[in-house]
Amino acid sequence: MDFNLSSEQKLLADSLARFFANHYGFDARKAILKSPDGFSRDVWSKLAEMGLLGLQVPAEHGGMGPAPVETMVTMRAIGRALSLEPYLASAVIAPALVRTAGSDAQKGAILPAIVSGERIVVPAHGEEGARYDVSHVATTATRAGARWTLRGRKAVVLHAPAADTLVVSARTSGAAGDRTGISLFLVAKGVAGVRIVPYRTIDGQPAADVVLSDVEVDDGALLGGEGAAWGALSLANSLGVAALCAEAVGALDATLAATVEYTKTRKQFGSPIAKFQALQHRMVNMLIHVEQARSMSYLATMRADDDDTRERQRALSAAKALIGAACRAVGQEAVQLHGGLGVTDELAVSHYFKRLLAIDVSLGDTSHHVERFIAATAPPVV
Amino acid sequence: MDLSFAPQDLEFRDDVRRFLARELPAGMRHKVLEGLHVSAEDVTEWQRILHKRGWGAPNWPTEFGGTGWDAVRQHIFDEETAAAGAPRQLPFGLKMVGPVIMRFGTEAQQKRFLPRIVSGEDWWCQGYSEPGSGSDLASLSVRAERSGDHYVVNGQKTWITLAQYADWIFCLVRTDPSAKPQSGISFLLIDMKTPGITVRPITLIDGSHEVNEVWFENVRVPVENLVGDENRGWTYAKFLLGHERTNIAGVGTSKRELLRLKAIAARETKDGKPLLADPFFAARLARVEIELMAHEITNLRVLAAEAERRAPGPEASILKIKGTEIQQELAELMMIAVGPYALPFRPSTLDAGFDGDPVGPAYAAPLAATYCNMRKTSIYGGSNEIQRNIIAQMILGL
Repeated sequence: MDFNLSSEQKLLADSLARFFANHYGFDARKAILKSPDGFSRDVWSKLAEMGLLGLQVPAEHGGMGPAPVETMVTMRAIGRALSLEPYLASAVIAPALVRTAGSDAQKGAILPAIVSGERIVVPAHGEEGARYDVSHVATTATRAGARWTLRGRKAVVLHAPAADTLVVSARTSGAAGDRTGISLFLVAKGVAGVRIVPYRTIDGQPAADVVLSDVEVDDGALLGGEGAAWGALSLANSLGVAALCAEAVGALDATLAATVEYTKTRKQFGSPIAKFQALQHRMVNMLIHVEQARSMSYLATMRADDDDTRERQRALSAAKALIGAACRAVGQEAVQLHGGLGVTDELAVSHYFKRLLAIDVSLGDTSHHVERFIAATAPPVV
Repeated sequence: MDLSFAPQDLEFRDDVRRFLARELPAGMRHKVLEGLHVSAEDVTEWQRILHKRGWGAPNWPTEFGGTGWDAVRQHIFDEETAAAGAPRQLPFGLKMVGPVIMRFGTEAQQKRFLPRIVSGEDWWCQGYSEPGSGSDLASLSVRAERSGDHYVVNGQKTWITLAQYADWIFCLVRTDPSAKPQSGISFLLIDMKTPGITVRPITLIDGSHEVNEVWFENVRVPVENLVGDENRGWTYAKFLLGHERTNIAGVGTSKRELLRLKAIAARETKDGKPLLADPFFAARLARVEIELMAHEITNLRVLAAEAERRAPGPEASILKIKGTEIQQELAELMMIAVGPYALPFRPSTLDAGFDGDPVGPAYAAPLAATYCNMRKTSIYGGSNEIQRNIIAQMILGL
């Protein structure tokens, strides 16, 4: 039982804090947000130089992973900085899919390119009507000889506009909701039939719906066994949830700190509003949410790649359910305590508010995970 | 970072389990697990059993007769004893006055008082609150005037838990009325048999006799029973409150009560199905179970941090707030689970061995009373609002 970071992990946290302070200050971030890409290729390549794109990639493919605690430390810094980089998609979920499902040749071809930052690889899994059900895949892939044809539409694919490769889930047998019959395909940018409908999410992340109209790929694009992708998707989803939980903690810390700071400087009735007990107690409630969230982020980090699927899902769902609720509560209180300025674009707090709400509704909101938690909890012995 | 127990800690846990299976009397276990009345004799007997095994003071260092366990072992012990249905060890000696005497008492006081706490020979109670001094404890007015080699104590303390069984009371008393409120308080140890002390029961919301008024009328206390320096008592009181709050996290007990809640909800039915399968009930239950998972880890984090600096910090206030919210929610859900059978109130059914006519399921009998009683938890030990003040000041710097 040990809650401390190792000295190397502390160094990493410090260097990330310095790095984002230098490259992702409020104004710098705003410029990145407004740029056409919506993230910074420069920052991305620096993250690659720091080795941070390889935290989910095994050493034999140029990474230093899987490194759950280092991933947590990185995601916390990302959360604090409100980073818009495709880290969750291309440095956590996609490499987890490739390292779990891919053949040696596929791993050798893709993972080093992810680590170097040369290739942005993002998962294209969600669909309209699926909500958060990992098994709900209606997109189809049909085989004809050595060719596959993909048809369907993938929803809210984060960072799809910048992706060099999409990891597309498609059904090769069965019906939407079945765990078996889901396959993964590597679909390169520019393949005929792929249409990207780009947009920004409410919190400013570049994203797109991806329309697949008779997209033809060859057999080599099949990632892992035909119809057997559920295990890899489930594990990658767990790692994604753990990463989001850590990002949430970073964002929550920063949101609370900004609120405390603001109430100390804002004066009304001749006094800093931080002196009013009604507001103090609300900030304490925020702190309690943040500390409970931090505890659950540790749990999520340490359980995310457990083999025991049921225990893993129970822990991850507990963490995401609690953290999603914390994000909502802390975000709302932070805006309220900032008064009118809280609902402007001019202060960091509204940007944190939006990121926190996006975290809640990504990879399963609180209701979804409460339901999953119930399903994964063994009934009592009566 | 590592959230799992080391192999030697797992061995320790097995050792604790074996001990509990062998030594925890079945009668006590039954009472605790069913929410029945646990007697003062049970509490003392259990303390003696633990003492015999060398486990009388799980949170004390070995030099004072404690186990010297680290935070992890204390947590394991707490969880295992709670799960097994062991009576709660009294906190007043072990978690409150004991640590104060260790830190601030004289060697003579340590030798005189500490061993008798561990052995269960002395039952302590806490004399802090007064009718006019609850949350504003520093305004307390029980007076202690020096007269030769004695203090003469006059005034009234209230909310004294289990004072009816106590051999000793540790008291905050005013020794300098002219000083600022916090500066004129001293910490006195008073023998409950001293002439001039009267204990008067207060009946609580559930009809129980848990707390008392304690009146002092010219009670003569030898000066050697002063802890630390005269007029420095507030410092010791704050030190003690930190220890009290860590105790209040109540993780082990809440985990046990969660299992009890689930067992009840599995037996109760709604529309012919177990209540546990009702989506509204199941969701509320899941939320508190998840909060408890997080609370357990927060508690371990605080214990680990304390182990490094050897004193509780203001984080203990977080544990107090969250721990009591969870306890109250569990009690509320248990009461809700039994529907209208929450209503019959028959205190005699809460005595072990009751053999009258049953009304509804036996497990329903204590639930509404317990729910009522548990409202105390967010009020005692520094109300949750006072804890929020502490956090606002000490952690957020507001």
